[in-house]
Amino acid sequence: MGELWRYRDLLWILVNRDIKLLYKQTALGFGWVALQPLIGANILALIFGRFAKLPSDGAPYLLFVFCGLTAWTYFSNSMQRASNSLIRNSQLVSKVYFPRMLIPLATMFAVLVDFAVMIVMLFIFMGFYRVPATLRLLAIPGFLLLMMLAATGVALWFSAVSVKYRDTSYALPFFAQIWMYASPVVYPTSMVPAQWQSLFALNPAVGFVEGFRWAVLGHSALNLNILLLTIAMSLFLLFSGAFFFRRVERGFADII
Amino acid sequence: MSDIAISVEQLSKSFKIDHESIGRRAYRTLHDDLIGLPKRLLSRLSRNGRRSTSEIFWALKNISFDVKQGEVVGIIGRNGAGKSTLLKILNRITEPTSGGADVYGRVGALLEVGTGFHPELTGRENVFLNGAILGMSRAEIRKKFDEIVAFAEIEQFLDTPVKRYSSGMYVRLAFAVAAHLDPEILLVDEVLAVGDAEFQKKCLGKMDDVVTKEGRTIMFVSHNIDAICHLCSRCILLRHGEIELSGNTAEVVAAYLGAGQQQPPVVYFKAAGSEASFQVAGLHGPEGEPSTSFSANAPVLMKCSFTLQRSIPGLQVSFSVFNFKGEEVFYSTNSMAEPAISVESAGTHHVSAMIPARLLLPGRYFINLALHIPNVHLYDRRDQALGFQIVGMPGGYQGFPTEELGQVYADVKWEKTAETRTQVSQ
Repeated sequence: MGELWRYRDLLWILVNRDIKLLYKQTALGFGWVALQPLIGANILALIFGRFAKLPSDGAPYLLFVFCGLTAWTYFSNSMQRASNSLIRNSQLVSKVYFPRMLIPLATMFAVLVDFAVMIVMLFIFMGFYRVPATLRLLAIPGFLLLMMLAATGVALWFSAVSVKYRDTSYALPFFAQIWMYASPVVYPTSMVPAQWQSLFALNPAVGFVEGFRWAVLGHSALNLNILLLTIAMSLFLLFSGAFFFRRVERGFADII
Repeated sequence: MSDIAISVEQLSKSFKIDHESIGRRAYRTLHDDLIGLPKRLLSRLSRNGRRSTSEIFWALKNISFDVKQGEVVGIIGRNGAGKSTLLKILNRITEPTSGGADVYGRVGALLEVGTGFHPELTGRENVFLNGAILGMSRAEIRKKFDEIVAFAEIEQFLDTPVKRYSSGMYVRLAFAVAAHLDPEILLVDEVLAVGDAEFQKKCLGKMDDVVTKEGRTIMFVSHNIDAICHLCSRCILLRHGEIELSGNTAEVVAAYLGAGQQQPPVVYFKAAGSEASFQVAGLHGPEGEPSTSFSANAPVLMKCSFTLQRSIPGLQVSFSVFNFKGEEVFYSTNSMAEPAISVESAGTHHVSAMIPARLLLPGRYFINLALHIPNVHLYDRRDQALGFQIVGMPGGYQGFPTEELGQVYADVKWEKTAETRTQVSQ
């Protein structure tokens, strides 16, 4: 831990680099950050809201989905990008020493820029649908932190495994998709049968996605049980991921 | 407090070479491991389960040495001797298999010029990125930024992405960042072999500054024997992962270069598999007898034979003579011959080249041979094909050691005159 702190300058510079590189030499630049979820949300709203007529706990479906997507997109993007980050930076790993954890960590922070753009868009949506802003919005940073903890945990697991097994980079997109449908992004948690709710809540994504809905829309399935379970799961993912990463990182330079 | 900067004890590092994966892919997939699992279990169960598919390769074997604070130590050895692996372990990039290395102080390492440079980022951004990766803080980089940019001579391109840089500019910037690192212990791997001759000189000069700064401990891996002799007080010679010799630089360098000298006077070559290929080369004394030791007063006769599969217009046969420091003393080709000699027709050619007497200083030399069309195509090249030594010095020379007498012996006419009179014409 102390070592990570000593290298905070490098972390900061890596974050900067990741942000700058992401949309370099694209005509729209950061426009993509806004466009991607906008298009995605509309497609989901069309399919699940219009055609499948999934319930949305009373909120306008598009807002309901966008709210879920804001949380989910950060989780999924950061997880996927961080998982491949070590391989993308293999030149660094094999040529210089620094705590390897910095590389996936830097990605976690870099993706925050995307998240910030989506939050702004979410506020615009709220204005459009005339959803009143309340003090509940102040809880967003808390849920964001929770989200980052869980995503970092998953990313540490996957990035460490990916050094040895390149399979992860192919499996991850599917994995992320399946995870999304296992989380209440396009449907509310209230759709899940009551006896399965506690099992469902083991998925840490349930906590922060519903947490976001609660902060923005006011009504959501979030309760203390789900919240505590999510916190516990996120911490478990984080610590187990960090522990595993520490154990295998010594061999990275030899096998990457 | 002790004055030891680096202490290495019984250090070993092994790699597993998977023969199965040769010709396939170097990395494994989950699939491979799952499929291979029953096989591995079976082979472990069966008593004579010869696990012939993998082999342990020892990159370093039982290495022990100490480096004192402020010492500049060179590491030399042929490719694959374990030099780079040693530096990587000292820099904590990889872990030793057994034994250990203790490094006391802040370590900076230059294992490759431009590590972490990103082509899409500008020169300015890359300076910060690269500096941070090499272990500098942002404040430190900011302080040295102007110095770095001035050293690299790229002021007007600071805000251009480095992918638009010429390769020279790229390398200059990368070295400039690295050269301004300020660690207590510096590990350097072959980074001087970059850029044009002028920039190399500048790099060497910079290394000189770094070396002479007090208290700086440096480990320096290089094939550039000249630079090693120039910078290092002590040297370690690695061979197949073991320390063959360790001691003062001149001694170790001589042993290293000498190792390539136990060659017979006449060498037969395996065919190179190209359209022109050497067959045999040899060194001969004045009577035509094969030899590797020559008097400074006698010429050295180099003879060689080579075969052309077809006629190759423009083909030349050439050789270079190198001294024990690895410096090229001279180069010669058949196209310098007067009258002209042609070796362009198909078939086997035999040529001889006479290195004149009273040209080379006493010492060890080796010869590289080449068949080529200069600047167009290289057909066959034999590095360090022949080795020989020159003994004795013409005349009754007394004075400086021969290493300090320059590159060649100049056959200067000395005469004693009755009176020296300088005529001044107005």
